[in-house]
Amino acid sequence: MSKSFFIDTTLCTACRACQVACKQWHDLPAEKTTNRGSFQNPADLSFETYKLVRFNEQVIDGKLNWLFFPDQCRHCYEAPCLEVADDPTAIFKDPATGAVIFTANTKNLDADEIIDSCPYNIPRKAKDGTLAKCDMCLDRVQNGQVPACVKTCPTGAMHFGESDEMLSLAKQRLAQVKGKFPKATLLDSDFVQTIYLTAHDPELYSKYAIASVTNKGIIAPMLTRQEALQKMFKPFIAAAKELV
Amino acid sequence: MGSNAAENHPISFKYVTEAQQNGAKMINVDPRFTRTSTRADIYASLRSGTDIAVLGGMIKYILENKLYNKEYVSAYTNAGFLVNKKFKFDDGKFSGFDAEKRKYDKSTWGFQLDKNKVPKIDRTLKKRNSVFSLLKKHYKKYDTKIVSKITGTSEKDLIEIYKTYAATGARGKAGTIMYAMGWTQHTVGVQNIRCMAMIQLLLGNMGVAGGGVNALRGESNVQGSTDQCLLWHILPGYLKIPKASNTDLTAYNNKCTPKSNDPLSANWWANTPKYSVSLLKSYFGEKAQKSNDFGYSWLPKVDDGKDYSWFTIFDNMYRGDVEGLFAWGMNPACSGANSLKTRKAMENLDWMVNVNLFDNETGSFWKGPGVTPSKVKTEVFMLPACVSVEKEGSITNSGRWMQWRYQGPKPLGNSLSDGDIIIKLGNELKKAYAKDGAFPEPIRNLKWDYLTHDEYDPHKVAKEINGYFTKDVTVKGKLCKKGTLVPSFAWLQADGSTSSANWLYCNSYTEKGNMSARRSKKDAENKIGLYPEFAWCWPVNRRIIYNRASVDAQGIPWDKKDWVVKFAGKQENGKYVSKKWLGDVPDGGWYPLENPDGTQRKDAKYAFIMRKHGHAQIFGPGRADGPFPAHYEPIETPVAKNLLYPKQLQNPVAVTYSTDSDKYAKSTSKYKIVCSTYRVSEHWQTGLMTRPQEWLMEMQPQVFVEMSEELAKQKGIKNGERVVVESIRAELECTAIVTKRFKPFKIDGKIVHQVGVPWHFGWRWPDSSKDASVKEDSANLLTPSAGDPNTRIPETKAFLVNVRKM
Repeated sequence: MSKSFFIDTTLCTACRACQVACKQWHDLPAEKTTNRGSFQNPADLSFETYKLVRFNEQVIDGKLNWLFFPDQCRHCYEAPCLEVADDPTAIFKDPATGAVIFTANTKNLDADEIIDSCPYNIPRKAKDGTLAKCDMCLDRVQNGQVPACVKTCPTGAMHFGESDEMLSLAKQRLAQVKGKFPKATLLDSDFVQTIYLTAHDPELYSKYAIASVTNKGIIAPMLTRQEALQKMFKPFIAAAKELV
Repeated sequence: MGSNAAENHPISFKYVTEAQQNGAKMINVDPRFTRTSTRADIYASLRSGTDIAVLGGMIKYILENKLYNKEYVSAYTNAGFLVNKKFKFDDGKFSGFDAEKRKYDKSTWGFQLDKNKVPKIDRTLKKRNSVFSLLKKHYKKYDTKIVSKITGTSEKDLIEIYKTYAATGARGKAGTIMYAMGWTQHTVGVQNIRCMAMIQLLLGNMGVAGGGVNALRGESNVQGSTDQCLLWHILPGYLKIPKASNTDLTAYNNKCTPKSNDPLSANWWANTPKYSVSLLKSYFGEKAQKSNDFGYSWLPKVDDGKDYSWFTIFDNMYRGDVEGLFAWGMNPACSGANSLKTRKAMENLDWMVNVNLFDNETGSFWKGPGVTPSKVKTEVFMLPACVSVEKEGSITNSGRWMQWRYQGPKPLGNSLSDGDIIIKLGNELKKAYAKDGAFPEPIRNLKWDYLTHDEYDPHKVAKEINGYFTKDVTVKGKLCKKGTLVPSFAWLQADGSTSSANWLYCNSYTEKGNMSARRSKKDAENKIGLYPEFAWCWPVNRRIIYNRASVDAQGIPWDKKDWVVKFAGKQENGKYVSKKWLGDVPDGGWYPLENPDGTQRKDAKYAFIMRKHGHAQIFGPGRADGPFPAHYEPIETPVAKNLLYPKQLQNPVAVTYSTDSDKYAKSTSKYKIVCSTYRVSEHWQTGLMTRPQEWLMEMQPQVFVEMSEELAKQKGIKNGERVVVESIRAELECTAIVTKRFKPFKIDGKIVHQVGVPWHFGWRWPDSSKDASVKEDSANLLTPSAGDPNTRIPETKAFLVNVRKM
């Protein structure tokens, strides 16, 4: 038994209550930001921002769309970060929920290597090299509560529950929206515990929305490692493509 | 239209998305593609300030394609009323315009009356002078071609919107509108709403489930504060404010009580004397007696023809005619249009009492940008108020639900609830006036007994609002003991035997308890989500107002599945013989207008009981600017000519002011870009509660100006750079957001640009004294002191600016 998120971006209005709820529950400080010509702020995930709604203006078939993507850790069933770290005191999988948990011991890991290992580009490091990311609000979940982001979502975009139930809910929603959005798809749904439903091509929402695209366009020195990871993810990707 | 619910009323939007999942279509018309637009089935843009053109076009479409609900329109609206033959609309003006006073004489806007002084009605809607015929004539010019030229909306989009929305006119279908300040804050604000209300009436969408004209309020308790008379022109429960010419209670009641000779019109406001006397009994208790007109002479009166609106108060203050100000729970230095004028006006005050959670730009106006503190004489007192969760009381939401809330934590530090502050203030005033003072009676005689254990008791106030029997009386054959709570407003009397501080709320707190504290999740039998035992709704817990319009003349619901009320009385030989309604609390429990055999009943009442003649007003003769909405350009418009009425550019009775701080830009000036102010999800009002909140500031740290890629290119502006937005009144530094979500409009062949600025910011926070690079201020520095002639709400949604690089 494991737990999963289902994030239905077709219902997300980017109110960002989830982004604030995450900061509030984890008591994370606000970053000093400026407006950079976008509603998206902070600019990216960070050691102090585990959840970030990404905003993208995209013209699709001649029609303007403003795509919202509440980005967070996918809690992969077989998490590359965990495998690369190979140190259960730093990164481990909570047996009851399947949550991938980073501890203070991540300080002892090669932070960049862990970050690069993630096909979704999620972990972020502090100055001392400690890593942080979404922890599925494990403390809440262990006490029978849903994660803070799910609790606060007013539109019904965020869901949390038993993985099989979430997957079937996701499939049900996919079937419902297919008529309106023929390109709607579930992202890597057999491999992750954070299942996204997108109405359009996932790449339009975020460069790292799905594992299959993350390995393109990465800067040259990283190539070897990226290739290795790509190899590791090949079965995922092949399966994902079949699914789509 | 006129709202951005996903961003500014996110909880309401939850139900919109739910409706969409059930097959509803959502149309969004907004100058800018917003977070709401992302979820719309149909999105179209329009130039700010041209909504009546779009809606007028829809009226034409509905009429010409016969998509209205004829039965509904004929039976329930004044479409069949015959209008005074002298009524005219020529060259963009209605008959009776006085150019000198810039006011209408409305005497020709009335109806033709029969010998009993009842309006002549042609239910076939065919007569030349009927409202329906005049309506057709009035909107004849609003074809999609001209509407498109004015609004910049494509004809294709207009037709798609019209077709989709007009489909809700079919029997059993419903459509609703969610509007907000995007409609109200115009010099044609009231007419924007009226135009939609007229569409809703034509389509039979008033009083039905899923219908209505829904105001999304700018603050969670706007409905409640208006009900309790926050505005200057009304007393609680929408009773009219006494005027100087209403010299005694009889004169007031005569003037304010409408009279109808039509036996089928309930004309509910005929009860006005019961409500006004009960209000006086509530204000002055035992001191209010029949012999002294129940203390009517102690009520403040307004001068006839004068207005005391927010705009005018600050105009008077600017002219030096106001000595003191209570700024209570508001931040006028940032929230009011033309903020520089507002801020300068405050320098003329001798004193100001600022009641708020935190100090703000208003309380600190004397040290604001460009102000020399030593030159300001105003003495400012700060009274710290506690936050809503720290006090007990009720709020009334947009659906008129009065909901009781309990106290969470105790007020922090020396902050107090508004109730406590008012009680203390009242006590001090009573002490001061006990000895002497000019005209001390109103204060001395004011009933002021709302304390329990020396603390303000919200329950005592809530009970006062509901009202008491002030003596033992027998009403409807039942003995009502002195001091017991009045069960509902049907029991209120004009003889001083009852009190009620707000007749509309009579029934909210009765001997059965506090109705607004109820929390039952049981739905009513019609299963349309009324939840009659959750909280309490005025009037008399009626959840959908004018619900007898949801049935046909025989009491049978238009919508068989999602019905609101239905008549279930017994019938014999084709006649109803007993009265019974099911579902919501009906708008009066009278018989339906017709028997099952089609014969008219003499003991029925028309559905729109608050209207003098019992009919909803497609022709609205009470408005300051005309009985039919007409498209007028904003006071600051980028176009030189009103294409519909070439001789009348703007609302002829729009409100403007004339001090040296009241400047208005013409289309020929350098200010050619339309600007609108708005809100974002991440901030609240002037930002007083959200700007100090770091997690929210992290997401929306700075005031910004959104503009199209095309305008940015023309001005050489890059995304994210600081720019200056300037109006004829002031300049504001903003961060440019260059976006595809604004598109230039093609208005009558010419390109018109529009930009938008959120108004949540102010100079106090982020604190420029700590960081000189920070220059945030309110978007209201830019906005004009122009207002709607009915409400004097400011035109902050359509004015002119220029944008330039720093």
